Amino acid sequence: MPRQLLLDGRIIVDEWRTPEEIEAQGESPGVKRLLPLERWLAERERWLELAATVGVICAPGDHVESLASDLPRLALVGATFTGPGEGRGYSQGRLLRERFGFQGELRACGYVRRDQVFLLARCGFNSFELPQFELESARAALATFSAAYQPANDRGLLRALRQRERPHLS
Amino acid sequence: MPARHWPRFAGRGYSAAMYRYDEIDATLVAERVAQFRDQTRRFLAGELSEEEFRPLRLRNGLYIQRHAPMLRIAVPYGLLSSRQLRTLASIARRYDRGYGHFTTRQNIQFNWPRLEQVPDILEELARVEMHAIQTSGNCIRNVTSDHLAGVAPDELEDPRPWCEIIRQWSTFHPEFTYLPRKFKIAVTGAERDRAASQVHDVGVHLTRNAAGEPGFRILAGGGLGRTPIIGQVVREFLPRRHLLSYLEAILRIYNREGRRDNIHKARIKILVRALGIEEFRRRVEAEWREIQQGPLAASLTLEEPDIERLRSFFRPPPYRRLESIDPTVGRETAFRAWYRYNSAAHKVPGYRAVFVSLKRPGVAPGDITDAQLERLAELADRYSFGEVRVTHTQNLLLADVEQAAAYELWQALAAAGLATPNIGTLTDMICCPGLDFCSLANAGSIEVARRINERFDDYDYLYDLGEIELKMSGCMNACGHHHVGHIGILGVDKGGEEWYQITIGGAAGDEAALGTVIGPSVEKSEVAETIARLLEVYVEYRHPEERFLDTVRRLGVKPFKERVYAAPVAA
Repeated sequence: MPRQLLLDGRIIVDEWRTPEEIEAQGESPGVKRLLPLERWLAERERWLELAATVGVICAPGDHVESLASDLPRLALVGATFTGPGEGRGYSQGRLLRERFGFQGELRACGYVRRDQVFLLARCGFNSFELPQFELESARAALATFSAAYQPANDRGLLRALRQRERPHLS
Repeated sequence: MPARHWPRFAGRGYSAAMYRYDEIDATLVAERVAQFRDQTRRFLAGELSEEEFRPLRLRNGLYIQRHAPMLRIAVPYGLLSSRQLRTLASIARRYDRGYGHFTTRQNIQFNWPRLEQVPDILEELARVEMHAIQTSGNCIRNVTSDHLAGVAPDELEDPRPWCEIIRQWSTFHPEFTYLPRKFKIAVTGAERDRAASQVHDVGVHLTRNAAGEPGFRILAGGGLGRTPIIGQVVREFLPRRHLLSYLEAILRIYNREGRRDNIHKARIKILVRALGIEEFRRRVEAEWREIQQGPLAASLTLEEPDIERLRSFFRPPPYRRLESIDPTVGRETAFRAWYRYNSAAHKVPGYRAVFVSLKRPGVAPGDITDAQLERLAELADRYSFGEVRVTHTQNLLLADVEQAAAYELWQALAAAGLATPNIGTLTDMICCPGLDFCSLANAGSIEVARRINERFDDYDYLYDLGEIELKMSGCMNACGHHHVGHIGILGVDKGGEEWYQITIGGAAGDEAALGTVIGPSVEKSEVAETIARLLEVYVEYRHPEERFLDTVRRLGVKPFKERVYAAPVAA
């Protein structure tokens, strides 16, 4: 059974491959390749020359600033969550969207569960790696709250989130 | 139109001047209850492991403790209406063993609820605009403030609207709900800091700049626990419209750069110390400038209508026009003592702020019964516009009492066991629940408190000693703030036995300082005698009108240490 994930509120088959998967399955033309940030920074010239389809996965301690000028060439950027308490990816997501204007797929990787997806979505994530049995419940969890107190990155799925009207902003 | 008539000692029928939920607040709290009900169900059904459930339940104030779960309910910046008190009384009676425990962060804890009943408790709380959101866990906790907010004569500006702004901004903040460690913010708007803001992760002081414009002084990096540190100024003056963007900048630096590899080094104080305040400030300011150029800058900026909307909730209650009087004239000594120690000045003539002491000998500091909660709700309605406040010294306060009603109120409080005349004295101790309840504690702090109360039961002596803050923690986590007690007591474990380390010279508030350890720790049976010896030295050496704290600062630890360890303590 191919791996599925939640993208833009839909459950779809994941087309992206990790280096380990590519090694196991063999290179194929047009493969969508995920690379760790460190490796991307070391090999970026080569991949750009090949015009390869590359997505970059950040570790929790990575500085997304180092990726800023490459973002227009990347179809996917991911942030990794190493366990239920890891929270640096939330900041990485907001910076990628709000500061560096990343428009592509922003993926939450690693330990991602339905209880996190609402907050992650508000930080700009639109793609979620999940245990396969949680795909449906995580999709439902995008509607955990119908309102919010603070401004954030409420695009797409959360566009209908209610906030207080503030006359000076309208 | 006839003038509105308020009953004598205005109260009944008046709704406390506090923030009231609108549809957004009510929706969010109701949706939180539903979310937590589902999470609890999944845990009980085995779908969530304990490790997975833990961060979820903690963000709803639910600890698993020695005897049973402990539920910590938020009392935002310490304000409670009489209606909320009645609900707390009802919860104490039906889900607990008939009492609750007020904490040093203005919250209330119940120690005996059953896990499966917690969602029902939260639902009942939601009906009176209360919740347990973010009262524990590594997130932004309940914001605390000055218990005399709005009534203190030394107040520059009421901090409560700002507390509510911070409460809303920090609730379910999408970016800052999984921080390296807990994060506590205190706001104060008076000359005197009564909110211990220098030992908070962030302290917000309302102030004015040289041009007279209102804004904030922002402190960061204070905290107690294993590594007590006094907070430092990050920014002398922040125009008030930028409060939220500046807090976002601080939190973002902390979320990204705070240590996550060691729980004991994960608070922001460790980051500030490692970087140095200059470098920390430089990073915060750089981040803040970026935020201000970002797409959400306008949404984060607070404009006058936003501020005015929040202010409108905290308008002064309908005070009567009164002359200031001295209600103690011709009254008995007991009332005079109570009035002197258990009440504080009020900015409106004829009014007084009255402390409700939760430091009755034989009762754990901060504990209150369901019947007392209900009685207090009645008294609040009758004497103080239906409002009660929680102080960070684990007492309660009726903020707006007519001086002329003080005697009547004293009689009623005394009958309810709530008039122990010891506010600000040695026996007005701050004390954590200790190992009777907490799974972390090394020490039976409640038992030690009882022994101290027995030893110092002579009020003439207590009053002669004057203002002394005694603070006791059952373990290094310092929930009892022992580092900043004039006298601090810390429970330590030595080979499975309870020992107590004593510090002197600490202080909270404007004169914040960390206490100095006097020497080797002492046995449980020696704690009261050790304190007695410290006080002997004070009484011998003090100058006229000099407080214990000032004598310690003048003389240093040496004479105190010599006296304590000069002769063995007869247990």
